[in-house]
Amino acid sequence: MILRLAFGSLLARALTVGMTILAIALSVALFLGVEKVRTGAKASFADTISGTDLIVGARSGSVQLLLYSVFRIGNATNNVTWESYQDIASRSEVDWIVPISLGDSHRQFRVMGTTEAFFEHYKYRNGRSLAIQQGELMGDLFDAVIGADVARTLGYNTGDPIVVAHGIASFSEHKDQPFRVSGILEKTGTPVDRTVIVSLEAIEAIHVDWKSGARVPGQSTPEEIIRQMDLTPSSITAALVGVNSPLQTFALQRAINEYSEEPLLAILPGVALQELWAIVGIAETALLAVSVMVVVTALLGMMATILSSLNERRREMAILRAMGASPFTILGLLVLESALTAFCGAVLGLGILYVGLFVAQPIVDQAFGLYLPITPPGMSELWVIITVVCAGAIVSMVPAIRAFRLSLADGMIVKS
Amino acid sequence: MCGTVLADSGEVNVGGTNLNSLSGWARDRFRAEQIGIIFQQFNLLPFGTVLDNILLPLKFAPKRRARCPDAAAKAIEMCKLLGLPEGVEKSKAANLSVGQQQRVAVVRALIGEPPILIADEPTSSLDETSQENFLDLLFAQVAAQKSTLLMVSHDPRLASRFDRVVYMKDVVSVEGRQA
Repeated sequence: MILRLAFGSLLARALTVGMTILAIALSVALFLGVEKVRTGAKASFADTISGTDLIVGARSGSVQLLLYSVFRIGNATNNVTWESYQDIASRSEVDWIVPISLGDSHRQFRVMGTTEAFFEHYKYRNGRSLAIQQGELMGDLFDAVIGADVARTLGYNTGDPIVVAHGIASFSEHKDQPFRVSGILEKTGTPVDRTVIVSLEAIEAIHVDWKSGARVPGQSTPEEIIRQMDLTPSSITAALVGVNSPLQTFALQRAINEYSEEPLLAILPGVALQELWAIVGIAETALLAVSVMVVVTALLGMMATILSSLNERRREMAILRAMGASPFTILGLLVLESALTAFCGAVLGLGILYVGLFVAQPIVDQAFGLYLPITPPGMSELWVIITVVCAGAIVSMVPAIRAFRLSLADGMIVKS
Repeated sequence: MCGTVLADSGEVNVGGTNLNSLSGWARDRFRAEQIGIIFQQFNLLPFGTVLDNILLPLKFAPKRRARCPDAAAKAIEMCKLLGLPEGVEKSKAANLSVGQQQRVAVVRALIGEPPILIADEPTSSLDETSQENFLDLLFAQVAAQKSTLLMVSHDPRLASRFDRVVYMKDVVSVEGRQA
């Protein structure tokens, strides 16, 4: 019955209590939301590449190799010669190998030369394959397949011509050899979305008239002649490797790293992603810290509300005292009340989070390629609720102790 | 006397118990068990139902609770005796008129038959006719339960109803202080 009265007391102050609950709910929703985005981002990040056992490139840093080969950030300092590539490809451990040639761009998007095998072996988000949204894969030498973001940003459709620029952010274009968009890929949420994919031979083809990074003046080999040339590349930027058995991964990695003809580097994508995340993770931690502070602010707000309501509730406490309630009962009631408020807030916050997730999930996936899985609340959410309730109870000790003192001093007569 | 404020010197004996000798917790218990209290006004928790308000002191007083096994029925019966409308126990205290609230407070003070009733100007918020009615009912109930009624009032006309009257000015002169 005392519980019922405490509850009634809360109901009587429905507006202020409601606002407090709302504040806590929003802060909890924000906190859990940030947590969701954080884990979602981390998972999305780790999902960028899956199914690939090793990434091979010229010797540099593992993070750097990962950045330019997978995320198309930065540049390769060196290339891998075609001979080395062939050597690695012919090793018995290798199940499949996909060469990647980077260095050119179209508008702000990177151009990647590769083979058909890329579409077969490149996997993201738990082994999903790339899918064509419109058109088909490269059939002709001068065909290009573009990622979803490229198509959307530049408004391309299949059949549109595109001119590839030499290098990145460069004004010298491979004007003589325009490409045709043959296909557009489905949105993946990976850097593939921002990539123009052409064949490895095409990369060679557009560089026929170029020598050491500059165009040979006055020279322009006609397309017919190019088509008859041997367009086997002399070097590639990197290669994605799949091994026959996971047990061989380390042996192959070691063999490549110790390759004597040329300094090479083989990395495990998962490990490199972890290293990279460790760098990016600082921002994530800061975000989390901010949302924790928001929750703390909401709880302090609750404390302020209770403190300011104490005066108008002295009468209520005096009645309870007159009925024989000890000051400890009053202290307990206030703590209980805040714990209840915090609990309602936390649960409502959880509700807001799920409503928000249902609404935002497709939008976020479309816009940022960030997939936020909707999972039933688990242990972590439970812990958040428990923590918020405990914190609410602890914070309420301040007004509760004040009420305790007031009710001792006032006794049953309110001097107002 | 209620044990919320202690005497600075001397001792306060209520029903043979020296309040100064009791711990705070014990005084709270003592008050709950022995004394029914009626305030000047605002006696009830406005958000609680009348019944909850009436039964509230029993929560803190196991002996009083033991004295009336079916407290809810007793409360309803007493409400009727005091002329409160039927079904009043379910309505919220805030919805009652002041006179009705005072009568509910009487029911609450009397429930479980505490030996002492303290009323702090219970009639000052009522008009004269209501005062008369209220006091008649109060005295009838107190007599029925054989409780002691201690009432504070500014109204000397009420004095005739009591066995013993103490004027505050006399008390002050005993204490040798200015009122």
